[in-house]
Amino acid sequence: MSASILEVEGLSISFGGATRRQLVTDVSFKVERGEALGIVGESGSGKTLTMLSLLRLLPRGADARVVRACFDGRDLFSLTPAALQDVRGREIAVVFQDPLTALNPVLTIGRQITEVLRRHFRSSAADARRRAVELLANVGIPDPPLRLRQYPHEFSGGMRQRVTIAMALAGEPRLLIADEPTTALDVTVQADIVTLIQRLQREQGLTVIWVTHDLALLARIADRVLVMYAGRVVEDAPAAKLFAAPKHPYARALLGSIRQDAPRRNRATSIPLTAADAGALGCPFAPRCAEARDQCRSVSPVLKVYGGDTRAACWALDDDGARGAGS
Amino acid sequence: MSTASALVAARGITVTYHRRRLLPLRERERPVQALRSVDLDILAGETLALVGESGSGKSTLARVLMRTITPSSGTVAFRGSDITGIGGGALRTLRRHFQMVFQDPFSSLNPRLSVGAAIAEPLIVHGLARGSALRERVGECLEMVGLDSSVAGRRPHEFSGGQRQRICIARAIACQPDFIVADEALSALDTSLQGQIIDLFQDLKERFALTYLFISHDLSAVRQISDRVAVMYLGQVVELAPTAELYSSPRHPYTQALLAAVPVPDPVLERARVYTPLRGEPPSPANPPPGCPFHTRCPRAIERCRSEPPALREVAPGRLAACHLAE
Repeated sequence: MSASILEVEGLSISFGGATRRQLVTDVSFKVERGEALGIVGESGSGKTLTMLSLLRLLPRGADARVVRACFDGRDLFSLTPAALQDVRGREIAVVFQDPLTALNPVLTIGRQITEVLRRHFRSSAADARRRAVELLANVGIPDPPLRLRQYPHEFSGGMRQRVTIAMALAGEPRLLIADEPTTALDVTVQADIVTLIQRLQREQGLTVIWVTHDLALLARIADRVLVMYAGRVVEDAPAAKLFAAPKHPYARALLGSIRQDAPRRNRATSIPLTAADAGALGCPFAPRCAEARDQCRSVSPVLKVYGGDTRAACWALDDDGARGAGS
Repeated sequence: MSTASALVAARGITVTYHRRRLLPLRERERPVQALRSVDLDILAGETLALVGESGSGKSTLARVLMRTITPSSGTVAFRGSDITGIGGGALRTLRRHFQMVFQDPFSSLNPRLSVGAAIAEPLIVHGLARGSALRERVGECLEMVGLDSSVAGRRPHEFSGGQRQRICIARAIACQPDFIVADEALSALDTSLQGQIIDLFQDLKERFALTYLFISHDLSAVRQISDRVAVMYLGQVVELAPTAELYSSPRHPYTQALLAAVPVPDPVLERARVYTPLRGEPPSPANPPPGCPFHTRCPRAIERCRSEPPALREVAPGRLAACHLAE
């Protein structure tokens, strides 16, 4: 039995009919049991699509192909619809960015949480209610019995996000996918939510995938970081290594743009404007890369393993993963 | 405070919203105090950042300065003359000098209007250009924000988020204003794009001697762009200081809590850090606590804080803080 709870190999997602657009290309990664994997990238880099495809929740018109997507020994892409319903929410739960759209405005919080319990555990109404009180208390919401009778609009943004986390945990999942759960929140509230999820991870042995565009946040929460750019994995490294010595030029630029030791902007570190085109030949980052050479514009670099635990896709790296002098 | 070099000076600004109908009885007739006696000088040529959590009154203050909200009491002066009571033609003339860039470049551009027409609109309203001079000026503005003048005929949907924000900035500078309010103008953009837009704001400031009020809840972005920072809490300014000093030695406990909540992009430092969350949530602006507005959450509150509101006073040359304990 491997230590990985989730293994994805060769995932590609495309959209549209005649003019197909490839949005995610050959994404592979593993998540170890109990670890926190961070996925970072800008909007449109395929982070969220990758997560949605694993739960088979892609929008209509999207087509996902995968060599292997194994969750705890089962192939997610060959599950029957009924088995899939049992995995969703019960074994893999998701917390989304905007808690207001994730909650139904016309149902009380209590109704929404007990619905999950009754669906997955066939609990009686009384048991579900008792458990819902526990769940709200567990995520730090004061006075749960009163709060259960209230509607989403009666909660602040931070409290609403706590509610969606409580709902996600109602099915006692083993994997929690947190898709930008703190982006809509103030920094002090963000810190509270992060502390909460970390506590749950510790106490309940939860495995977490954090999807975010905020690399600084991952310094706090991630054991490993997967850097995505234009639908591809460009770097995958233990957090300590990525922050100490990023290998891919995009990861370096991203880190350079948030480093606090240079309070005033150094214009040389900012990434040039040209938007990426995932369909083009060559390395998707080449149009914005200061070190791009001819090879980068014609052939896409493959993801290679360096030092056993790091993967990066860049032609400028030599066999040891150091930045070569250029050929 | 001297007003000699202040471009915009606010004195004793209070904004009270009276809520009626549609609310539970107990909450009716209890006015919401969005701003409570705020004094603020924005010096000519500076970038002043306004930070604070949602609901702290940042945007309300900006709108008072822009004269789109009339304060319940207090005055706003522009270049030393009181503009609080003016209206009609005089206000319209003045508006040319004040411009705003909003958070969401998707909703702040009319989808049916070409971007050239959007930029031309303020020029037409103020009678600054017509015919071929107008077209020329629109092209100039597009080039100033790093876009090609040939894109004037295109609609907003043809542009990316970062490009749209450039278009909004082009529209803001079209009338050669003195003062620009950027209300969360970076929040909807990816980290790598934020850097470019910050660079653009800096370039334009240097070229046209602009003064900025930069509203943000992102403390890292604020650090990169501002000369001074004002921190707001529950409708009041609680600290005001030059940027470097605020970040290196925050004097107000709320500023200290805010800065402590920002993740540091270094896993080693970040994991060693003990984060102590703020207690509870911000009090309701309809029912602010007596004494210091922050005392309900302040880790250092003493008896005096519960009864006596601290004045915003000079705690060091050029540094103001509203805290009994600040030295």
